[in-house]
Amino acid sequence: MTTIHIEETPHLCAVLRLADTSLVLAHRLSEWCGHAPMLEEDLALANIALDLLGQARLLYQHAAELEGKGRTEDDFAYLRDAPQFRNYLIAELPRGDFAFTIVRQTLVSAFFHPFWQRAAGSRDATLAAIAAKAEKEVAYHLRHCGAWLVRLGDGTEESHRRTLAALDALWPYTGELFEVDAVGRAMIDAGVLPDPETIRPVFEATVDRLLREATLPKPPATWMHSGGLRGVHTEHLGHMLAVMQHLQRAYPGAVW
Amino acid sequence: MTRDSSERLERAIAAVSAVFDPEIPTVSIADLGMVRAVRMAADGAIEVDLTPTYSGCPATEPIAREVRAALEAAGVGPARVNWVLSPPWTTDWITEEGRKALRACGIAPPPRRAEANAPVPCPHCGSEDTEELAPFGSTPCKALWRCRSCREPFHRFKCL
Repeated sequence: MTTIHIEETPHLCAVLRLADTSLVLAHRLSEWCGHAPMLEEDLALANIALDLLGQARLLYQHAAELEGKGRTEDDFAYLRDAPQFRNYLIAELPRGDFAFTIVRQTLVSAFFHPFWQRAAGSRDATLAAIAAKAEKEVAYHLRHCGAWLVRLGDGTEESHRRTLAALDALWPYTGELFEVDAVGRAMIDAGVLPDPETIRPVFEATVDRLLREATLPKPPATWMHSGGLRGVHTEHLGHMLAVMQHLQRAYPGAVW
Repeated sequence: MTRDSSERLERAIAAVSAVFDPEIPTVSIADLGMVRAVRMAADGAIEVDLTPTYSGCPATEPIAREVRAALEAAGVGPARVNWVLSPPWTTDWITEEGRKALRACGIAPPPRRAEANAPVPCPHCGSEDTEELAPFGSTPCKALWRCRSCREPFHRFKCL
């Protein structure tokens, strides 16, 4: 089994974190294809997945350029093991029920919309260009998922209960979005990535507004999970990669 | 520029302009605003700058293939296709011709971004009594709508 080894500069690592988050979340969303509660949502989740997959491809192509070893986007996606993935943990959690998927997508979009807005001013011109496209796509995801969050929270007793359970389960994974380690600090100082602290007020305002409309209580400040950015993942990522990478692992170099 | 090379460039522009979107075969990629430039590069090659619509649109690759094939068929000599992300594509770049072609195949064209909340006339009967069924559709660029007057469903190009 081929596994590639990447020598990660801070810049490469930062781009891989974004690429991996988009890819892993795209895969989780794509698992709904053919299983969503209604046809329109099947299309919606598949379309959101497609946007994220497109963003991941652009980010991996950029990572390949930064690394300069002639690798392709597929090498990064298919030939690395779980500890080499740099995604936020929130992206890899199993898709759960529809409420869980909607709450996760809302929280992630509420963070990434202002994130990409600011990253569009990055000193890394390629990243800035990717961000400017992603920002517009994520704004649409946030609008759609936010509307569902309100509908589910302020819906039936069961939809409220499930949405609240999802929110309580997911909230402890939001802290990682604001984590700044040495890589993050270097990228902020170099003007490559925005400081997540500048995103926090926007994220909080969006979440507070949606939760209020959804009649959901905001989870109390709590202990936050951490690890994805340095490759320490939940047990779920390995299982997901086993499915996602199966074909390339079983038939190396297969194309269609 | 010599007469020969300006004639080559003109043929290249004509060839690229005649490539249609594989998902919406009545609209050319030029009318969709995807062709950002066609120029003669310093090395004499024809260079085409394309911009993708949505980051993940699966039509992106077939379009690049068709542009290369069109240039080859037009016999313009060496040619290159570049994907340019910045500035990001917006539906405001869809031409009037493109909007007409969208309507003709039953797709409501997007409003200008400045008027994103304007009424959406039905592409079949023209009524403005329409409603959104779902904000996503069969391709990344479209949403599902229906007309309350003629009762027909239709696709609407999302405003981006």
